[in-house]
Amino acid sequence: MTKRKLLKLQKQQDFIEEKGIIYLDNVTKSYSTGSPAINGITLSIYRGEFVFIVGDSGSGKSTLIRLLLRELTATGGHAYVMGQDLAQIKHRNIPKFRRNLGVVFQDFRLLNDRNVYENVAFAQRVVEMTNRDIRRNVPSMLATVGLAGKYKAKTTQLSGGEQQRVALARALVNNPSILLADEPTGNLDPHNSWEIMGLLEEINERGTTVVVVTHNREIVNAMKKRVVAMKKGIIVSDMEEGVYNDEED
Amino acid sequence: MMKKINTLLYTMLQGIKNIFRNKWFSLASVATIAACLFLFGAFYAVVANFQHIVNKIQEEVYITVFFVEGTSQERMEEIHQMIDSREEVSKTEFRSADYEWEIFSSESLKGHAESFTENPLEGMDNVRAYMKDVSKQEDLVTYIQSIPDVDHVNQSLVLANTLTGVNGLVSYVFVGIIVILLIVSVFLISNTVSIGISVRSEEINIMKYIGATDFFVRAPFVLEGMIIGLVGAGIPLVVIYNAYNRLSEYVVDRFPMLSDILNFLPVEDVFLFLTPVSLAVGIGIGFFGSMSTVRKHLDV
Repeated sequence: MTKRKLLKLQKQQDFIEEKGIIYLDNVTKSYSTGSPAINGITLSIYRGEFVFIVGDSGSGKSTLIRLLLRELTATGGHAYVMGQDLAQIKHRNIPKFRRNLGVVFQDFRLLNDRNVYENVAFAQRVVEMTNRDIRRNVPSMLATVGLAGKYKAKTTQLSGGEQQRVALARALVNNPSILLADEPTGNLDPHNSWEIMGLLEEINERGTTVVVVTHNREIVNAMKKRVVAMKKGIIVSDMEEGVYNDEED
Repeated sequence: MMKKINTLLYTMLQGIKNIFRNKWFSLASVATIAACLFLFGAFYAVVANFQHIVNKIQEEVYITVFFVEGTSQERMEEIHQMIDSREEVSKTEFRSADYEWEIFSSESLKGHAESFTENPLEGMDNVRAYMKDVSKQEDLVTYIQSIPDVDHVNQSLVLANTLTGVNGLVSYVFVGIIVILLIVSVFLISNTVSIGISVRSEEINIMKYIGATDFFVRAPFVLEGMIIGLVGAGIPLVVIYNAYNRLSEYVVDRFPMLSDILNFLPVEDVFLFLTPVSLAVGIGIGFFGSMSTVRKHLDV
């Protein structure tokens, strides 16, 4: 590694320590029509935190996730993830950036023409892991999410909870620094929802920063984590060990 | 380096697997490509043969050049060479008066020629000039008539003009239809490839969210498109090759009286053009169609 790269890395680390692994500085996202989906929000999420982002439909939660994934770019302010200014990431470098993030969606978004093993292995293929490493890492990750015995099953043969576990395994197999979960329990029954949340907590305890966007009041209130509430594109409350109040919905 | 090779092999393998994973789309694409290129190929084979027959007839068209009486043998040979060196002439033949009489008497008099003690065709030495392109016959005749010691030139203007007209019509109409067929094929095939990929846009999105590079996402689709194009182009080529051979054999066997007119072009000559064009269209559209369609879904 060159001295210049080392210095850049050190600068990024310092930035993360000071401002957070995710730092939004007066970020606005406007579309061509209507009012801004996100309107000048400032937010710091530090390494190893577990944060719920709550709010009703249209509050800007999903736009926030899409900004963090660099699917969208902010129209105002600056968004930083892992010390990188997202607006400065060139199109060709977006894949490399996304490999630092694990992402889980409400609708699982699995490759349904492939089996469980292939879905998880795919994430490793993307980062050019050797076959040997893939054969070692994938079964181990499937065991972590409790799917060791189902690695050959087609994803369409699995229950919702199991499909979300596969999505979680895929998101985590590359050891991302941040896990973004967009309504991970939205399609699950209470039992499976709690199991998934349990897994997310476990992952967080191992050092991964976890950001969960959710509507699930019961889970938010029970878990006693940091809760950032959004309404009409702005942050209306940000509480350590917070709750999801009625007035925020 | 090893990692890059691994990735390349993986993406190629995925391209092949994708064909079977999406077998209905693959079948639909192969069928569309095969149907379009079959129409194109079959029509081309007919056009090529039609032109071949017209060209064969053209090759048999000749003009006859007669000399002024008393022209020396050397001078006749000199004029023969002048005509032979012309670009529009495919071949020439010097026919002496004695040779003409021999042919005429054997073909037309059959045993009554003995009554002639002298050659009645004396002084009818001539040069036959066969045309490469009958449309230039008039120009050639004008040139020859300007040569001293040439008495007159026999030609069939009606035949030359008819052949020139037919050839022109064949060129314009058939080339036009082939171009239209090709454009329709390109449109249909690229649409099929495009629809097949568009229904998998979700899959492309997922790959991009995970951090796959554009190459990693695109390579299997492009390879898949190219293989589908190759198979789709290969099927009609095999079908047309066999059908052409069987049909030409059948026509020659069944209608021997037509063998002078229906002079089939050798199958190799037809496929000398058809094979590269069909493969290029099939593989090319598979490549560019999938490349551009995937690009539309990459911006995630």
